[in-house]
Amino acid sequence: MKHRLRVLLCLLLPLVFVLAACGDDDGDALSGGGDTPETTDPEVVESEFPAGSTMARLQEAGAIKVGTKFDQPGLGSVGLESGDPEGFDIEIAKIIAANLGIEPDGIEFVETVSANRETFIENGTVDIVIATYTVNDERKQVVDFAGPYYEAGQDLLVAADDDSINGPDDLAGKRVCAASGSTPIERIREDYPDAEPVEFDTYTECVDQLQSGQIDAVSTDDIILAGYASDPKFEGEFRVVGETFSEEPYGIGLMKGDDEFRTFLNDTLEQSYEDGTWKEAFDATLGASGVEAPDPPEVDRY
Amino acid sequence: MDTVWESRDLILDGFGTTVFLFVVSALLSMTFGTLLAVMRVGPIPPLRAAGTLYVTLVRNTPLTLLFVFSTFGLPRMDVRLSFTAFAIVALTIYTTAFVCEAVRSGISSVARGEIEAARALGLPFRKVLRLVVLPQAFRAVLPPLTSVLNALLKNTSVAVAFNVAEATQVFRRLQNADASATFPLLMITALGYVFLAAILLGGSRVLERRVAVTR
Repeated sequence: MKHRLRVLLCLLLPLVFVLAACGDDDGDALSGGGDTPETTDPEVVESEFPAGSTMARLQEAGAIKVGTKFDQPGLGSVGLESGDPEGFDIEIAKIIAANLGIEPDGIEFVETVSANRETFIENGTVDIVIATYTVNDERKQVVDFAGPYYEAGQDLLVAADDDSINGPDDLAGKRVCAASGSTPIERIREDYPDAEPVEFDTYTECVDQLQSGQIDAVSTDDIILAGYASDPKFEGEFRVVGETFSEEPYGIGLMKGDDEFRTFLNDTLEQSYEDGTWKEAFDATLGASGVEAPDPPEVDRY
Repeated sequence: MDTVWESRDLILDGFGTTVFLFVVSALLSMTFGTLLAVMRVGPIPPLRAAGTLYVTLVRNTPLTLLFVFSTFGLPRMDVRLSFTAFAIVALTIYTTAFVCEAVRSGISSVARGEIEAARALGLPFRKVLRLVVLPQAFRAVLPPLTSVLNALLKNTSVAVAFNVAEATQVFRRLQNADASATFPLLMITALGYVFLAAILLGGSRVLERRVAVTR
């Protein structure tokens, strides 16, 4: 039996390689000959960290686990061809990793959805969360935040031919979708009680429902919606209303009480504002759809 | 613990929705399931084949996929219902296959001789079924049917990911609002399901005793 298994493996292994090679060829053919999406490659820095600190631990391991969203075009999404996460949040993760002396290969991206980010940090499933994670007081009771590294605002995405919704005050009786456990869904519930809240785990599901006409609007941060509106898959189908009704500072979530690590993250962000890597990261991702890079927000060392 | 007490209305609403999903889907799938079982044991070959195909197909499809089909597929075919209705569609499609098999097993438990005797008396298929087979089958069906319904009760929680504010979704929402209350919330929600299942099992036992025949 053992012998037969070994023979089978010997027969199968080359096949796997052949198939893998075929896969590569197909990939190239699809993307039109090595036309890879532009990403930044921050320089890996070797520095000394105090013994016993989170930074020293991560540097020692040469690896970091980053929780991010996989369904936010421009911020954090998985490319269908490459299979790798890409976007502004991913670039920020690379900047942080580089300053910890970790190569991009050493970053393990773990998919988080809005509802499990706190749990993942508390359980140590991830080291940090960079996932369009709005800093607010309620969350600060469970986790700590570095940053913010970006300021967004809640907005609405509607069908391009729907002129009945021009702001949050037009939502009465409308079905409005946002991710379960996210700030936008709670705001819709509390501030716009006449709207019918619809929640799914991912924004992809919300956009799917909007596309099939089952709901009237998708609501989340303007920059995320802009990503969907400009996505070639949905060309001309949606429009962003353009009336923001909140301020959403995106922060980096980390284990509560790890002040040393938080200071390091804040320092790293400030440094990236100064040396231009932050702007590079923005231009390579969110800026690709023609959005001008804004001034980075001020880091809040609370 | 405060979170649990403060949110008692929400939690109760959640279980209300769970019960609603359960009752409607249970009634629908018991109706369709019995019809399907009759199709499968009946004398008409195309109906038998159709029944077998349905059971094979649906019983081997994960419930989540049926939910995706109803909640995301039906709107694409311009079927516009409430999200709760989509959930009921998915749960009914799924549970019907299991009810069918439970009922069919009950029907096979009826002694062949009785059916042959009924036929020999000249009763048509419908009367054989209504007067001889189903009353006896019902007795045999109760225990497996109870397990099917018990599974349905817990299966309603799949709706958590499809925008139905049933008990599990309420749990997740409250947990997200206050992660420190995860454990008490989990306990309360689990107890809620256990309580509902106990009612179901108790009811089934009473019914079982009432239809029992001393042999």
